[in-house]
Amino acid sequence: MRRSMLFIPGNTPNLLMNGDILGADAVILDLEDAVSPAEKDSARILVRNILKNLRYQGCEIIVRINPVDTDFWQKDLDEIIPLKPDLIMPPKSSSGDYVRTVSDYIGKLEEKCGFEKNTVKLIPLIETALGVENAYDIASACDRVAAIFLGAEDLTADLRCVRTKESREILYARQRLVTAARAAEVDVYDTPFTDVDDLEGLVKDAETAKSMGFTGKASISPRHVDGINTVFSPTEKEIAYAHEVMETIERAKKEGKGVVALRGKMIDAPIVNRAKRVLEMEKAIFGGED
Amino acid sequence: MSKLVENIGEAIRKTGLKDGMTISFHHHMRNGDHVLNMVLEEVAKQGIKDITVNASSIFDVHEPIIDHIKNGVVTGIECNYMGSKVGHAICEGIMEKPVIFRTHGGRPSDMEKGTSHIDVAFIAAPTSDDMGNCTGKIGKSACGSIGYAFADAMNADKVVIVTDNLVPYPLTGASIPEVYADYVVAVDEIGDPKGIVSGTTKITRDPVGLRMAEYAARVIDASGLLKEGVSLQTGAGGATLAAAKFIKEIMLERGIVGSFGMGGITAYMVDMLEAGCFRSLIDVQCFDLDAVRSLRDDPRHMEVSATQYAGVSGKSAAVDSLDVVLLGATQVDVNFNVNVHTDSNGYIMGGSGGHSDTAAGSKLCIIIAPLTRARLPLVVDRALTISTPGKDVDVVVTQRGIAVNTRYGKNKELKEKLIAAHLPVCEIEDLKKKAEELSGVPASLPLSDRVVAKVLYRDGTEIDTIKAVK
Repeated sequence: MRRSMLFIPGNTPNLLMNGDILGADAVILDLEDAVSPAEKDSARILVRNILKNLRYQGCEIIVRINPVDTDFWQKDLDEIIPLKPDLIMPPKSSSGDYVRTVSDYIGKLEEKCGFEKNTVKLIPLIETALGVENAYDIASACDRVAAIFLGAEDLTADLRCVRTKESREILYARQRLVTAARAAEVDVYDTPFTDVDDLEGLVKDAETAKSMGFTGKASISPRHVDGINTVFSPTEKEIAYAHEVMETIERAKKEGKGVVALRGKMIDAPIVNRAKRVLEMEKAIFGGED
Repeated sequence: MSKLVENIGEAIRKTGLKDGMTISFHHHMRNGDHVLNMVLEEVAKQGIKDITVNASSIFDVHEPIIDHIKNGVVTGIECNYMGSKVGHAICEGIMEKPVIFRTHGGRPSDMEKGTSHIDVAFIAAPTSDDMGNCTGKIGKSACGSIGYAFADAMNADKVVIVTDNLVPYPLTGASIPEVYADYVVAVDEIGDPKGIVSGTTKITRDPVGLRMAEYAARVIDASGLLKEGVSLQTGAGGATLAAAKFIKEIMLERGIVGSFGMGGITAYMVDMLEAGCFRSLIDVQCFDLDAVRSLRDDPRHMEVSATQYAGVSGKSAAVDSLDVVLLGATQVDVNFNVNVHTDSNGYIMGGSGGHSDTAAGSKLCIIIAPLTRARLPLVVDRALTISTPGKDVDVVVTQRGIAVNTRYGKNKELKEKLIAAHLPVCEIEDLKKKAEELSGVPASLPLSDRVVAKVLYRDGTEIDTIKAVK
């Protein structure tokens, strides 16, 4: 389960030491935009040492490396891959080839470390006009891709439009990414809401993303994590309905019935799948018996 | 008749202050105080030596006292808190006699019991008339409550009121009445308003602090104490204040009205009073301008003496009716003893203040502190200085786990309640292990055998000593 992904700059030791207590389902340890060129080395060493010495509990680790057109990305991977992060986030992902370049390099490092193939997954960050147009190509680039992620700040600069709180300017990109991800059967994450103090605006923005089909949302502030988690968690009503669906299916099976209805509505495969997803999330959030 | 004298020098002469005597001060002017320095300068000028200074707190602004110690003017200090500048000098061994640390409740009680004798009290008063009716609620140096000074006024042989806002007799609504005052001195400034109270106390934005604050609020909620009539004290800084924000949200959501908020009062406690979370505030000290305003204008906001706040010499004190207190710590040991006196290098940088008074009086004492600070672990085998004994501490909240003190045969039920509330409960030894995994085990400090300070518990018994740093 990955509802929230929290960016933590790779040059902030206090936050890095506490990355797993901030409530996020995943943390993105950032070696790219948050770190100035002069600090790239020290941030890489710091993130490496954090991964080496700290066992983050109950939260996935994503490392955002530097773009492929810089001198840093391979050094980033050389240091980070041996420590087995859950995912690598290549920024400015523009095509399937771009993603495969990163994937192939990771593959070599995995082999060197004696890891099983595709141990470390990819979550390409799509933040250019070309990337949006190639979203499906990126999402289906290789087996290593587990999700794609929309970055609206760089994208709107590339689109030459103003980034607004209403986010009308990224409507197409959001829809395009959700469609591409679902077609490629991977997860899809929404761009952070950048006004740290506007918690109401955050919830509204997260609700919009959820309604469009996003799996979750990234955040640049720990203050946004709880709001995102709440929006992307199933409601009590949804959980109760999911239980009802599964109980109805079970009952029908026992009674040998083929087609079943709940409250006058036929329960078909999509409804069952949705109910299963809701119950999986319920278990992940609240715990429960296997 | 008028008690007005020309200046501090004349007041000192009239009180008959002599070598070997004890003079006292309160700390409501905090780091903006001018009075302690002005008085000591005059004492030195008059050639008086061997003076013991009994001040409820010594701040960095009182740094000139270091030279008075070196010159033999001051040979003893008794206080409840000491800032790091003077604390550093004390730990380097500049004074022969050990500093006596008391608690905010122990200090007035020792005066009342006669174990701590004050020859002359100098009381900074933001407003006074010429007979010594005085208050901290109004005036250009308004500090709000002057609760720590009541015992000095009542128990000292001679009392000098020092004000920078002399008003015509009688000042109505005075906090300390004229019956205790011997002399009144008007000066230009008793303090720098910038150092006396802060503008508005801000809640931390540090995500780690906020996480601990949220845990603390959930601990209180799970304990079952967060109900109609609850009483609460929080500190003024960091995570303890942030916890108040979470508690306020729960209280408003459930319509809980508490009996009182207490402390060092901050804008946030005032906000909770005004939002209907409490019926009253019990105020021994104001931390910011909103607290001063509220104390002056709102009859539900009550000024109390340190004895009423936390003393052990009265028939009861407000801390005895306190449900929950949230406190900080620089170190906690595996027996839940808390250090708020010394820093990681062994130097004095604080003091008990009301820490051990409220810990002892409250039903639930929660310590909130990050697991590591500046690469040092919070939890250690033995606190460098025991400020508050472990028997008075119930829960230690860190960002990586919550330890419940079930030693001394208590809190077993509380621990179960916290586990049931899905809080990350662990043993104090686990916290120590986790902290050491992050920061390693610090090397032992090079301390000498020479005692530079004694720490007295609220009942006057010595619970620890502080050694000189080599």
